[in-house]
Amino acid sequence: MNNTHKQKWDKIIRPRTGWFDIHPGELWKYRDLIGLFVWRDFVAIYKQTILGPLWYIVQPLLTTLVFTVIFGTVAKLPTDGLPPFLFYLSGVIAWRYFADCLNNTANTFVGNAHIFGKVYFPRLTVPVSVVISNLIGFGIQFLLFIAFFLYYWQNSSVIHPQPALLLLPILVIQMAALGLGFGIIVSSMTTRYRDLTHLVGFGVQLWMYATPVVYPASSLPENWRWILLLNPMAPVIEAFRYAFLGTGSINLQSWLISLLNTVFILFVGIILFSRVEKSFMDTV
Amino acid sequence: MSDTVIQVESLWKEYRLGVISHHTLTRDLQSWWARVCGKEDPNSQIGSAHPSRSEDRFWALQDVSFEVKQGEILGIIGRNGAGKSTLLKILSQVTAPTKGEVRFKGRIASLLEVGTGFHPELTGRENIFLNGAILGMSKNDICDRLDEIVAFAEVEKFIDTPVKRYSSGMYVRLAFAVAAHLEPEILIVDEVLAVGDAQFQKKCLGKLESVGKEGRTVLFVSHDMTSITRLCDRAILLYQGHIVNDGPADEVAGSYMDTGLGVQALRLWPDMKNAPGNNIVRLRSAKIKLEDGSHSETIDIRSPLGIEIEYDVFEEGHLLVPNYNLRNREGIVLFFALDQDTAWKEHSRCKGRYKSTAWVPGNFFAEGIVIVNIAITTFMPFHVHIHERDAVVFQIVDSLDGDSARREFGGSLPGVVRPLLRWTTDFEAVIE
Repeated sequence: MNNTHKQKWDKIIRPRTGWFDIHPGELWKYRDLIGLFVWRDFVAIYKQTILGPLWYIVQPLLTTLVFTVIFGTVAKLPTDGLPPFLFYLSGVIAWRYFADCLNNTANTFVGNAHIFGKVYFPRLTVPVSVVISNLIGFGIQFLLFIAFFLYYWQNSSVIHPQPALLLLPILVIQMAALGLGFGIIVSSMTTRYRDLTHLVGFGVQLWMYATPVVYPASSLPENWRWILLLNPMAPVIEAFRYAFLGTGSINLQSWLISLLNTVFILFVGIILFSRVEKSFMDTV
Repeated sequence: MSDTVIQVESLWKEYRLGVISHHTLTRDLQSWWARVCGKEDPNSQIGSAHPSRSEDRFWALQDVSFEVKQGEILGIIGRNGAGKSTLLKILSQVTAPTKGEVRFKGRIASLLEVGTGFHPELTGRENIFLNGAILGMSKNDICDRLDEIVAFAEVEKFIDTPVKRYSSGMYVRLAFAVAAHLEPEILIVDEVLAVGDAQFQKKCLGKLESVGKEGRTVLFVSHDMTSITRLCDRAILLYQGHIVNDGPADEVAGSYMDTGLGVQALRLWPDMKNAPGNNIVRLRSAKIKLEDGSHSETIDIRSPLGIEIEYDVFEEGHLLVPNYNLRNREGIVLFFALDQDTAWKEHSRCKGRYKSTAWVPGNFFAEGIVIVNIAITTFMPFHVHIHERDAVVFQIVDSLDGDSARREFGGSLPGVVRPLLRWTTDFEAVIE
């Protein structure tokens, strides 16, 4: 009785084929798992230390203070006429969310090999949940920023929030997408090149100095600004500052280019990731 | 009418052996630069100018095809390295096959190792949800079965305690309970029963049996032929990546033992990371040897044999006691042996490589298969560092030369041991 062709199968396991073997629907099916991963990270942080959530505030505050002293007071870098503290704080928290997403997703395969080696679930759930749980930290830091923002807004006249504030959700999604995209590209490559892991933390730190976090883009010489177009994070930080503080040299065109870059990087990341996820257990 | 739920069609899986890549970007760039300049690759192995790629590859599975019907409990047996784990890994979608196809209906959940994804900081209840979701269940499904799971695992009192405070037994019970209660249509079980106490093992086997009766399908991998024959309707026997036998479980299990396919007198664990053990001590090798030191799968009933293990001690200050547990094909424990070497009885071991051998005299075992479990234990306080089940297996043969316990008698003899006893006869001629 050969009725193979008439039967309906729920799932067919086949050898890896091509580059575009992606199943976005599966991610939706496993949304409960993503939720639980997020909640696990959250609970684990709260349970381990009393200071856990407080670190979210202490770290950017200290970083900002150091930047204010070194780059503002000692090096006297320009801040587009803004109060230096607020200028650095806005850059630091926007950059941190991107950097955290990248750093924490860059180790997805190697760090989860023990789970991945035993059960199947869409591997993308792990980096996606990391990005979402980092959003909680970002939220706390964002509230901190808002508190200082309101204080300075009341007490000085150099701050002019712009209608571009409405674009804030898109900017946050873009930061997350960029962090996720680069993170999963790196994590796919670390299954082959382990030494890349060491490079990531260091590379992200250097990258920050290539991005207008501690200096405004306007302080760069005119004929150097094109370099910022290559860096998709630069317009994001500039746009973030422009929306809240009303300064900066952002134009719509450069932001749209970075938006396209983001989509491209995320796409490349997903393709690489889904290619590696099927075979990495044999090589890890 | 039974329905096919899993269909495996000519499945092949290739693994590459040895160095796949240099694993560092700098070295790959070095090799690439050398090639560009036309120099010799500084990272290539000496003497292998043109390494033939085909030699570094091997087929872990070769043309494996079978079907499983709904409600069937299928046993998968074979010695170490026969391809059982590879097959399960493909079925549970952890790795992709090289060629061939697997089709199935419903959801597959695997118990490749229990407790996957447990987070030590979370409570038992929280981990049930997390683990259930990893196995592919929705929150509502888990909510419905929460009480049942907790009751089965016997951890009611500790359900809101972080699992890092659980004993290893509780941990395993909870993990098994989650997987067994999540009601996947197809359940894959691999040697989970090696853990937990005897009572819980029985409970697990009972649960698996009832899972099968409910119409769900179970794939069961085990070295323990008794549980295979008791639990499974059908079994397949893998040997070097091929299916060599497929049929009723007791027949396949029997032939596995009788043909000597299951026999393995020498085991080596060249890779320290995967060797059985912990940070204190790790096993390197185990073997059944003759008096001249050579290892042998088949041993004459009359000759003494040594059970030897080699192990590395990494941490000083532990009283380590190697011990063996020997059982026969039916699962009857023949005896348990503890290290009796007086030199080390009272002394904790210093770092280094050790070899411990237990000598069993000739004319002791009955004919047939003997399976050896190897453990290294500290007894005060009790802690098991290594417990390798079915580490080595050998076969005792009786050659009918007339000087063993069976003498010239050719039929089958009962008994789990067959000692050659000293017999004496008192005779008195009765004179009428």
